[in-house]
Amino acid sequence: MENKRLKLSNEQLKWETIFRRILIAMSILLVLIILGVLATLIVESMPSIKSLGIGFLWGKIWDPVSNVYGAYPFLVGTLLTSFIALIISVPFSYAIAIYLGEYNPKGWLSDLLKNAIELIAAVPSIIYGFWGLFVLVPIIRTFEMSIHVAPYGIGVFTSSLILAVMIIPYGASLGITLIRMVPSHLKEGAYALGATRFEVIRNVIMPYTRSGLFAGVLLSLGRALGETMAVTMLIGNTSAVADTLKNAIFGPGNTMASVIANEFTEADHTQYLSALIELGLVLFFVTVIINLIGKRIITKFTND
Amino acid sequence: MEAKIGFRNTKSAIFKGVIVFFAFLITVPLIIILGYIIKQGIFQVNWHFLTNVPAPVGETGGGIANALLGSFIMVMVAAVIAIPIGMAAGIYLSENPKTKLAYYSGLCVDILQGVPSIVVGIVVYFWVVKPLGTFSALSGSLALAIMMLPIVIRSTEQTLRLLPDSLKEAALSLGVPYHRVILKVIVPCGFAGILSGIMLSIARIIGETAPLLFTAFGNPYLSTSLTKPMESLPHLIFTYATSPYDDWHNLAWGASFILLMFVLILNIVTKLLTRKWKVQL
Repeated sequence: MENKRLKLSNEQLKWETIFRRILIAMSILLVLIILGVLATLIVESMPSIKSLGIGFLWGKIWDPVSNVYGAYPFLVGTLLTSFIALIISVPFSYAIAIYLGEYNPKGWLSDLLKNAIELIAAVPSIIYGFWGLFVLVPIIRTFEMSIHVAPYGIGVFTSSLILAVMIIPYGASLGITLIRMVPSHLKEGAYALGATRFEVIRNVIMPYTRSGLFAGVLLSLGRALGETMAVTMLIGNTSAVADTLKNAIFGPGNTMASVIANEFTEADHTQYLSALIELGLVLFFVTVIINLIGKRIITKFTND
Repeated sequence: MEAKIGFRNTKSAIFKGVIVFFAFLITVPLIIILGYIIKQGIFQVNWHFLTNVPAPVGETGGGIANALLGSFIMVMVAAVIAIPIGMAAGIYLSENPKTKLAYYSGLCVDILQGVPSIVVGIVVYFWVVKPLGTFSALSGSLALAIMMLPIVIRSTEQTLRLLPDSLKEAALSLGVPYHRVILKVIVPCGFAGILSGIMLSIARIIGETAPLLFTAFGNPYLSTSLTKPMESLPHLIFTYATSPYDDWHNLAWGASFILLMFVLILNIVTKLLTRKWKVQL
């Protein structure tokens, strides 16, 4: 009897050890995946890094036919689309955050709006791209004709508009949570001093949540930089650098993600392929750093 | 003084008006986009559409059976890969939050969440497609599984962390071994939260196109082989939306409608689940 019990517990102990080891192994696997991603990107972009060096980043010409590769057009395209999208989206995400965080945190209307925002985040980017291509592009074309620029329809501005809609939920949902975390005694103190609602929002809530809201903007930016499909369908895919700012904004362009999506499968020699992968490596670093800074700010905010 | 308070109140009211206006303006593009997709797509969908492969250029009719089956198979395989790994890592993170390994793998989850999906596509291309020498459904599933992992891990971790320690302590004090405590007590208690995380991650990857471009690629024929290229709903939409033919556009509208419905239903079910079990995600 005694013996049997001992044996059972040995058996159990064995399973317990195995179980713990599986948990640890899976956590290590995660680290390995990230290291693997990084290693693969670096190794595969080596030919391009070696032959082009750091000058790759500001080379203005991307011409695979004559084997000249410069990332400048895509860096400009990526930054331009992301920042225009960000500028458009920030008023909306701040307004949503203030409305749902402060003015109307409960009730059916607030639930409805919140669900709508979650829905915006849930719609696949390919659907935004498809809709944009068939509905938004003709509208933008008419608009471009009315302001006397070349009426491409597709281009940086069109992509930025769609991107703006797509990234609003990221800033907004974080903002809602943060604004609700503002301690009520701070707000009540201000009200007691005779402040109006606007003054409470401007002088109490905004300063209190500033760093957190900024983190939300960073997370939206990270999204916008890496967004591929909608942009690929709408940006027009040309690797030439526009001559004026107006042409750069309303004309077609290319982002790092969209050039990879378009040209990766047709890259027929090592140099070409590795230049594309180097773009991926740059994209990886930029988005990861922006995301980590954003997350760090939020963690600091919620712990304080 | 009287005038001043009046001015301040007006300012406050105007500010509220501006905020409400901007906050609700966002529903306009959403309604327009959803309405347009539904209007264009709903009449494309019939039995023929769901059970046939796309027709060649010039022929009318045809359907999206290859993409439906492909998306289903790839998402299922991705889920089979990602759920056990994600749950195990999530359990580890919630059980041992202070260890060095937890810090680094937590950091990796954050990084993974921020990696652009196109980069995942590139990497899986070199991990699977190049060694095998062919685009394959398996590589597509692997790319989707990597996209799925962070959501599964975070939802598992956060749900389990909300459970009171007394649950675990009670089970352990009865002499139940650790793995049974976790699998039979802790995980079932947090099941709704974990399940909604899994469903959310599926809703997310079912619409992912970028990681599939260089991995599963696409296939105009019905295929169930994991080692061959496979079509998926988002990839079919991408190919046919950017084609010059009206028939193909219609096919893509129908496919968009179906994809949208999948995503909507998954999100609504998740919402009901979280509400019923009062889970916080």
